[in-house]
Amino acid sequence: MTGRSAGAPGSAGSVAGAGVDREVAAWAEEVGSDGPVAAVGSRTRWGLGGRLASGTRLVSAPVGVVEHRPEEMTVRVRAGTPVAELHAELAASGQRSALPERGGTVGGALAVGESDLCALGRGPVRDAVLQVRYVSADGRVVTGGGPTVKNVSGYDLPRLLVGSLGTIGLIAEVLLRTQPVPAVGTWLTSLGVDPWAAREVLYRPAAILWDGTSVWARIEGHPDDVAAERSALGRLGRWEVVEGPPPLPVERWSLPPGELRTRPAAECGPGWIAEVGVGVVHAARSQPPRPVPAAVAELHRRVKHGFDPAGRLAPGRSVLAGAPGAGPVGGGR
Amino acid sequence: MGSVPAPDDALVSELRSILGPDGLRVDSAERALVARDASVFDRGRSGPVCFPRSADQVRAVVLAAVRHGRAVVPRGAGTGLAGGAVPLGAPVVVALTRMNRILEVDVGARVAWVEPGVVNLDLTRHLRPLGFHFAPDPSSQQACTIGGNVANNSGGPHCLAYGVTTSHVLAVEVVLPDGEVALLGGLDPEPVGYDLRGAFVGGEGTLGIATRIAVRITPDPKAVRTLLLAFDSTVDAAETVGAVIAAGIVPAALEVMDRRITEAVERYVHAGYPTDAAAVLLAEVDGAPGEVGTGAERIADIGRAHGAVSVRVAADDTERAALWKGRKTAFGAVAQIAPNYYLHDTVVPRHALAEVLEEVYAIAARHDLVVVNVFHAGDGNLHPLLVFDRREPGIMERVLAAGSEIVSASLAAGGALSGEHGIGVEKRDYMPLMFGPDDLDHQNRLRRAFDPDCRANPGKVLPVGHSCADIQALERVPTGVWG
Ligand SMILES: Cc1cc2nc3c(=O)[nH]c(=O)nc-3n(C[C@H](O)[C@H](O)[C@H](O)COP(=O)(O)OP(=O)(O)OC[C@H]3O[C@@H](n4cnc5c(N)ncnc54)[C@H](O)[C@@H]3O)c2cc1C
Repeated sequence: MTGRSAGAPGSAGSVAGAGVDREVAAWAEEVGSDGPVAAVGSRTRWGLGGRLASGTRLVSAPVGVVEHRPEEMTVRVRAGTPVAELHAELAASGQRSALPERGGTVGGALAVGESDLCALGRGPVRDAVLQVRYVSADGRVVTGGGPTVKNVSGYDLPRLLVGSLGTIGLIAEVLLRTQPVPAVGTWLTSLGVDPWAAREVLYRPAAILWDGTSVWARIEGHPDDVAAERSALGRLGRWEVVEGPPPLPVERWSLPPGELRTRPAAECGPGWIAEVGVGVVHAARSQPPRPVPAAVAELHRRVKHGFDPAGRLAPGRSVLAGAPGAGPVGGGR
Repeated sequence: MGSVPAPDDALVSELRSILGPDGLRVDSAERALVARDASVFDRGRSGPVCFPRSADQVRAVVLAAVRHGRAVVPRGAGTGLAGGAVPLGAPVVVALTRMNRILEVDVGARVAWVEPGVVNLDLTRHLRPLGFHFAPDPSSQQACTIGGNVANNSGGPHCLAYGVTTSHVLAVEVVLPDGEVALLGGLDPEPVGYDLRGAFVGGEGTLGIATRIAVRITPDPKAVRTLLLAFDSTVDAAETVGAVIAAGIVPAALEVMDRRITEAVERYVHAGYPTDAAAVLLAEVDGAPGEVGTGAERIADIGRAHGAVSVRVAADDTERAALWKGRKTAFGAVAQIAPNYYLHDTVVPRHALAEVLEEVYAIAARHDLVVVNVFHAGDGNLHPLLVFDRREPGIMERVLAAGSEIVSASLAAGGALSGEHGIGVEKRDYMPLMFGPDDLDHQNRLRRAFDPDCRANPGKVLPVGHSCADIQALERVPTGVWG
């Protein structure tokens, strides 16, 4: 497969070039080239970026896992596929992806760009996409990135699309990096241990959560290593094995991990839970909109205008409108 | 290089007042030096060469160039292999090598702020006493700069497990092509807005000039095991690589070298490689002791099952360091075979490695050329080096023809044009082989968002018809030599 997409200028119908499958081409036809349009997934984070202009037509991306190649550690999947379904398929070969499993679709998870709770171990969502196929504002299928696990051919459109909230292209299909599921994994919790001490003694934790008093740690890997990590933690205090992480409040903050000692307690309100080493804080209170300097705002304006000159993609929604912090609208996660 | 147009006096005096007398070079020796990088491309033309010491100076230089209607080309150490830093059309060259301070290291937050001219290995050396390192480790790491790594999204042997440069860059302060300054990304995990940091990394100097970079620093592994497997055929080595990945092992590095390059390396640095094997596989596992022990055993078993004639585990750090020194000086060792080399950097799916390698040897044979292979096998990243003596009449045409066939063979196998060296001028005209017109059009939209007036490193990455620059006018290259 070469990421080639043919398409004669001016025609939205001729997008089915080599490598673009029929479902994706049909979706491009459905998106078309006129009138306000937005992609909808499972609506788990539908409120992010602001309310859509009324009269915006909603379209749902095609579904299905196209091809999982365990020996290449890649999977090609259509964007409407639920992440849980993708992960069930990958698990059959002992693999998974870095996408969070919170009831959403692959396309939705990427358009939102929020990482999994175990980002410390699995990496951020933005590093998961090798190739993206999206429908452009003029109804064409555009391919960015490459078909291999390593690629620097041309500009990095996949990363630009991750977190773009459907405002510059509608994600139709992606090639994702997969990773092996570790042999064993466990959640542990302790009261009163210093989370930074835990971070210090753990070599590669998958997650360390902290609510100001309790710490939760997810450790994964080879059984011997997990046992060793557990005994290292044991030297810091008493730990208990638990089923999973604590329930998380719905709002999401993004803070520099170096500032987690003090800022959540001072700013996030009661009930916060911080991802130590990452900087995401889950809280009941939403994060105030973060200021964006003028030069950066201007770049955003030019990107949006360049990819969607007529402003037909997700009108009313903006990546700069009070991003992380808007709660789920129309269904929790 | 031909006659170089004289830089105009008004621009030069403005630049001199910004940079001081020792911060600007306009002599033809310096301009000839920066007209090239480590690629074979030799048709660059440089205008004035600036050596700023601060972001403010970079900004002032860019604004002066804008006023005089001149393009600007950022340059690190000039070790690029795709002609990315080669100036086209006598632009102002901004060499970042004097901005080489490590500004801040925060071990608790695992972040270091550096200036773009910091040499890759200098950062890792600086971090060593703290038990940390900078994970991207290009073989050129003794010379290349972190600014160059960011611009090319460079890789290295250990990027198999750790990811390439973009996974290690949190934020970049950029002087945009219009002289505005923007901080892209941030220290927080999910900065507001589009991932412009992600878009900038790999932009090959066409999106602006990085003046300050926040990189992630990585704790040193608790355990490391390095294995050297020898094979009677390159195909066996390649198949071992595929089988290791398929077994769910993610080694830190999996590097293959064929006999010709192994022999040259041995003559050059005496690293302890066997010279009678058709190919050697250098495999490294690192991490926690349990996974390392099991991973190493399984790699050895898989290797034996695929015909490894010997499996050696490095006994200590000295032996390990010697093996790596051999691998990392491989390109230097090529000079033992012939004075020049032309290196292609394509990627193929791992299951196609053996097949494409055979094809590469066949292509070289058809053109009566010597090819050696030393490459990042774990991620399917081929590096066929065509070695030759430039003085041999007609050889350049054969070398370029063979290179082009290697690119086509890699793409036909479902691969990519470049795994880590970038597109620059070298692969620019191959871009339509991998991307359709709409794909290229959208890449150009991204470029134009950063550089609407086409002032930053014009003539790179995007081919004629999709580039904002008039490439022909920039180059005036005799037709048929490039592309
Ligand atoms: C022997 C050898 C081995 C190599 N091994 C590897 C390898 O293993 N992996 C790998 O990926 N590469 C490798 N390379 C290629 C090269 O070293 C890398 O691409 C390196 O990152 C380039 O860094 P540099 O400082 O030399 O950049 P330069 O060559 O000076 O410039 C490269 C590009 O970066 C741009 N640039 C430089 N500084 C900035 C800045 N501050 N802001 C914006 N743009 C900038 C330039 O305009 C140009 O487009 C190798 C090269 C050699 C010669």
